[in-house]
This record gives sequence, structure tokens and C-alpha cells, in this order.
Amino acid sequence: MNVMNLIRIALRALQRNKLRAFLTMLGIIIGVASVIAMVAIGQGSKKSIQDALSSMGSNMITIRPNSNVTAGARLDATSVQTLTIDDVKALQKQAQYISFISPAVSTRGQAINGALNWPTSMQGVSPQYLDIRKWHVKEGNVFTEADVNTAAKVCLLGQTVVNNIFAPGEDPVGKIIRFNKIPFNVIGVLEAKGENAFGQDQDDVILAPFTTVQKRILATIYFQNIYVSATNENTTKLATAEISDILRRSHRLKPADEDDFAVRTQEELINTFSSTSQLLTILLTAIAGISLVVGGIGIMNIMYVSVTERTREIGLRMSIGARGIDILLQFLIEAILISITGGLIGVALGITASKLVTTFLSWPTLISQSSILLSFLVCGMTGVFFGYYPAQKASRLDPIEALRYE
Amino acid sequence: MPDKILEIRNIKREFHMGTEIVRALKGVTFDVAAGEFLTIMGSSGSGKTTLLNILGCLDKPTAGEYILDGTGVGKLSRNELAKLRNHKIGFVFQAYNLLPRTSALENVELPLFYNSSISARERKQKAIKALEAVKLADRLDHTPSQLSGGQQQRVAIARALVNEPVMILADEATGNLDSRTSYEIMALMQELNQQEGKTIVFVTHEPDIAAFSGRTVMLKDGKVLKDTVNEAKKSAKDVLASIPVTDDY
Ligand SMILES: Nc1ncnc2c1ncn2[C@@H]1O[C@H](COP(=O)(O)OP(=O)(O)OP(=O)(O)O)[C@@H](O)[C@H]1O
Ligand SMILES: [Mg+2]
Repeated sequence: MNVMNLIRIALRALQRNKLRAFLTMLGIIIGVASVIAMVAIGQGSKKSIQDALSSMGSNMITIRPNSNVTAGARLDATSVQTLTIDDVKALQKQAQYISFISPAVSTRGQAINGALNWPTSMQGVSPQYLDIRKWHVKEGNVFTEADVNTAAKVCLLGQTVVNNIFAPGEDPVGKIIRFNKIPFNVIGVLEAKGENAFGQDQDDVILAPFTTVQKRILATIYFQNIYVSATNENTTKLATAEISDILRRSHRLKPADEDDFAVRTQEELINTFSSTSQLLTILLTAIAGISLVVGGIGIMNIMYVSVTERTREIGLRMSIGARGIDILLQFLIEAILISITGGLIGVALGITASKLVTTFLSWPTLISQSSILLSFLVCGMTGVFFGYYPAQKASRLDPIEALRYE
Repeated sequence: MPDKILEIRNIKREFHMGTEIVRALKGVTFDVAAGEFLTIMGSSGSGKTTLLNILGCLDKPTAGEYILDGTGVGKLSRNELAKLRNHKIGFVFQAYNLLPRTSALENVELPLFYNSSISARERKQKAIKALEAVKLADRLDHTPSQLSGGQQQRVAIARALVNEPVMILADEATGNLDSRTSYEIMALMQELNQQEGKTIVFVTHEPDIAAFSGRTVMLKDGKVLKDTVNEAKKSAKDVLASIPVTDDY
């Protein structure tokens, strides 16, 4: 008996019951389609987060103040104040793996230009901040170290701020705006950066020298963050270690003391967000996988019904020379054909669904070949697994009893 | 004496129904020569079907010896029996047992699917030839539901013939048919027997059907009651010619 013949027999049997075969497939189709769509959505969002984070500069390192255990009650990171200009200077002087450094201190307030006003935030930074963020000015110039030293009332506007406090076509450079009642000279406009990975508008910001924000607005000597960029992507690890070392010395921490600051690389951020979306992907895929199993049980159910219904046919086939293995393979192949065909349709449907999600909901999706391959493999196995027992039952029938079956 | 195609020696078949034992065959012995047309008769429950199933290698005797075309069947495995059924035996059943919603041609092709030495083209050719032999060449694409009972049985006979078996076993093959159609089937059987030299073992309980065969084995309670050569063998063709066609009303 050759397998081609058995496939032909199985195909003919399926043709005789097209609607039923299709309905049986439906479970598999839905299962596979949802696995593929879910994985595509998961992978897509993961990739877009990764892309967004690495576009910020993958060698960017963020230093934040951290609550110190010895201080007793742990405090919220923003209210902990440990980073000062001394730290920035120490890092500038001692670190070898750092190319740019900028402290950051920010505050919210109202930006006013004539009759127009807009609530936004002002970031106090150093000129190197733009190098770290890979950001450029579209018009005008960046403030200088001299502006920092003199706490000059100059600022760079983000595009969203420009749109809200300047009339269309009006050139902001050279104009005076007020932020928290303090007049600032607009010396440049930043190029639009759009939303970040978390949907925040990155252009809704005003950049000013950090000294200006510290002295003229907040009256503080502390920073909320220090941004650093490592000399290149491969030195981020070394830079992190170096920064910790320098800051521990600069803060005069004893070996037993915990760090009163935290150093985060962009890579760690990526991993944090990737692992969240990974978890989501796993969850969604598990749900989709369950529907695949349910589809498999559907196949098993129909195959059992089919074997019972076709008992006489099985008896006849045996009487004209079919061996047990021929009958077993016939039913097994039927089950596999159902699941594989269902799988194919499911893959097509899953890909279409992913495309539709991208088109209509503008969610990023990424169809991975491995998910297609995997769901196909699972399909085949579902067919074999759930088709085997009914097929075996058929093959073990006694030909005489099967022929006599009513 | 021509070659013996089939020898059975003291065949017994017992069925165990719980603690009860049903003795369907209690020691049956006879030979069938190649080219013989044998009918097996007997009242209901006498063991005809049980015997035919054993002759057709669908069932194994509890005791006794069975030699088919020179091979002892008793020692064969399930798979070897399947091969034997495929190559040497053609079955015709009372209930036709055609696959529903499947064309006559495909129904006849069926046994050849289980014979891997036959190509798809050969398979079709052989099936068409077998359907021509039963005069159904113009009904190749008809499904069983589009055929009369007699035509369905002829498809079943074509299916039994297609693998060129050495013998045809029929269990009450005319049991569901009216007498005219029965005679047509018997005429076909006689033709196959005389022109193609097929050995036929035909189970029936109608004496007028048995009259078309060359020999009749009469069973009673699982034993051979009589084994008689039919001297006055009738020709089904002649009988058909003698009854008016407009028999029905
Ligand atoms: N599978 C079985 N299990 C138990 N008893 C059986 C089985 N098959 C047949 N028998 C018994 O064996 C005996 C002979 O049965 P068989 O079917 O051979 O009769 P038959 O001569 O073909 O009758 P009929 O003319 O009604 O078809 C009967 O008494 C029947 O009850
Ligand atoms: Mg019977």
C-alpha cells in the first residue's frame, strides 16, 4: 500500500463531507490565526519599544538619586536629593568611558507669549544634553557653557511649545517668552522628535541651562538626573561601573553603605520593557494555544463520530484487502489533512488579521516566521495526536462485525 | 479431476457468548475444484454466512484445516490474510456495501488502491473493463443512489472482479432483488463462470437460484447435510428469455 493512495482515499473521504471537514477545521483555523496574530502584535510592540529606546541613543546612561537605607524610611526617588554639581565635575574629571555628560533638573510651569500660554515643563540641562539625546536645533543656536556659567535666561523651545504659543509662520528665535513669570530669550527651536515609546510627546518641553532652572526657578543645588553617554555602545558596562565607583567616592560612602544613586543603561530599560511585553505575548499565546487544543479535541470528536458512522465502510475495505495499518493511516491522514489545511487557512487569516490591526488600529505588528512554523508544527502534531486514537479504533475493528454494523 | 482451489477439512467454528458456546460449524469438509460454480444452501442459522466468512479469510476457524489455492490459511497473520483477500477473493454481499456518494468507477477501483503494484492509469482501465463486463459501461459516474438495486449489485460484482481473483464469494447476492433482476445477476455469474473460468461459491436459500449452479452443498445445524452435483443445471439466460419482459405492471 503506498501512501499516495492513502492520501487519495483520505481526500475523497473528506470531499464527500466538505462542510463537516470545514467545520472541524474551524477550531484549528481560529486557533492558528489567533496564535499568529497575538504573537505578531506582541512582537510588534516589543520591537517598536526597542526601536524607540535605542533611537534615544543606546549608549545613554541615566543616573538617578536613590533612597539610602541608612536614612531610615525609604523615600520616593524624586524627593531624594543626592546628585550635585560636584558629582558632575568628578565624573567629568575622572571618567574615561564617558563622552558627554549633562545634569538635568526639571520643573513644570506656564509658558506665555503675549496672549498665548501653554502649560509645559522646563528641563535644565547642559549643552551636551543634545549630544546625548542625539537631538539637534532646527533654527537658532544651542546655549553655551558661558550661558550655563552665568545662569543666562535663554531657552530652546520644543516644537509643541512653539505650536502653542506662537502664531503659525511666526519665527520664535529672538523673541522673549515668559516661563513662570521669568522672561527668557528664545535662542533656538528643537527639531520635532515625536512621541516616545510610552506615548509621551517629547516635543512638549523647553530646554534651558541647568543653572538657570536651579537658581532662578527652583532655588536648589540638586539634580533630578545626570545623563551620560558612554564613549560607544560596547563601553556602557565599563562606564556604568566607573560611574558607580566615582560617585561612591564623591559621596564618601563606606564599603558597607548602599549606593545613594542608581545607574541605568538604556539596555536595561529595553530589557525591562521587553520582558513586560514578553510576558504579555506569552499570556496571549497561551490563550491562543488553548484554542488550538480545543480545535484538536474537535478533530478527535469528529473522527470518532466518523469512524462509528463509517464502520461498514471500514468492514468493506478490510474485506477487499485493506490491512489494519491501511485503515489506521487512512483515518490518521484524514485528521492530519484537516489540521494542516486548517493550519494553512489559519496562517493566512492570522497574517491578514495582523495586517488589518496595523492598518486600522495602527498597532505595530511583526509576523515572525518562527510563530508560523511553530503553529504549523503544532497543527500537524494536533492532527496526529487527536487523530491517532480514533484511527486506531478503526484499524482494530473486526471485519465481520464491522460489515454487520447497522 | 481438475485442480482443487479450495479444501476444507473438518472446519469448526465456535462463538463464545459469555459462558455459553454457540457451535455455528460442527465439522465441515468438502473441496471446490477450480472453475466450479457451487451454491451453499440451508435454513437460516445453519452456518452459511459463518462458513463463507471463513472461506473468504475474513474469519478463522476454531479448528480444522483450510487450504486456499495451495496455501494453508490457518497459519497466516492478519496482514497476510488481508493480502490474500485482496489478490484471490472477490466478495459480493447481500447489502451491496458500496461507498455512498462515490461514483461506480471509484467504487470498483477501491480494491486496487490496496494493491501497490497497480498504477493509477491501470487502476482506471481495469475498473472500466470490470464495469464493461457487468454491462455498466454507461454508468461510470453514477453514484449508488442514482442506480437501481440490480445495477448496484452489478457494480459490487465488478468490484469483486476487478482484482482478477481466483474465486468469487457471494452471500445472498440476490437476496434484495426481484426475481427477474436475480436471474440477470445469475446469468452474469454463469457467464463469468463459463467464459472467464471463475470459481464461484454462492450462498442462497432459494432453490431456484441454486438450480443455476453445478453443485449444491446443503448445510444443516453447522454440518453438511447433502453435497449434490446438479445434473439438470439451468441456464439463467434461457430462463430470462422465457419470461416476458413486460412482467411488471
Ligand atoms: N458473531 C457471532 N457471535 C455469536 N454467534 C454467532 C455469530 N455469528 C453467527 N453466530 C451464530 O452462528 C449460527 C450460524 O449463523 P450464520 O450467520 O452463519 O447463519 P446463516 O446460515 O447465514 O443464516 P441466514 O440464512 O439467516 O443468514 C447462528 O446460530 C448464529 O446465531
Ligand atoms: Mg447468512
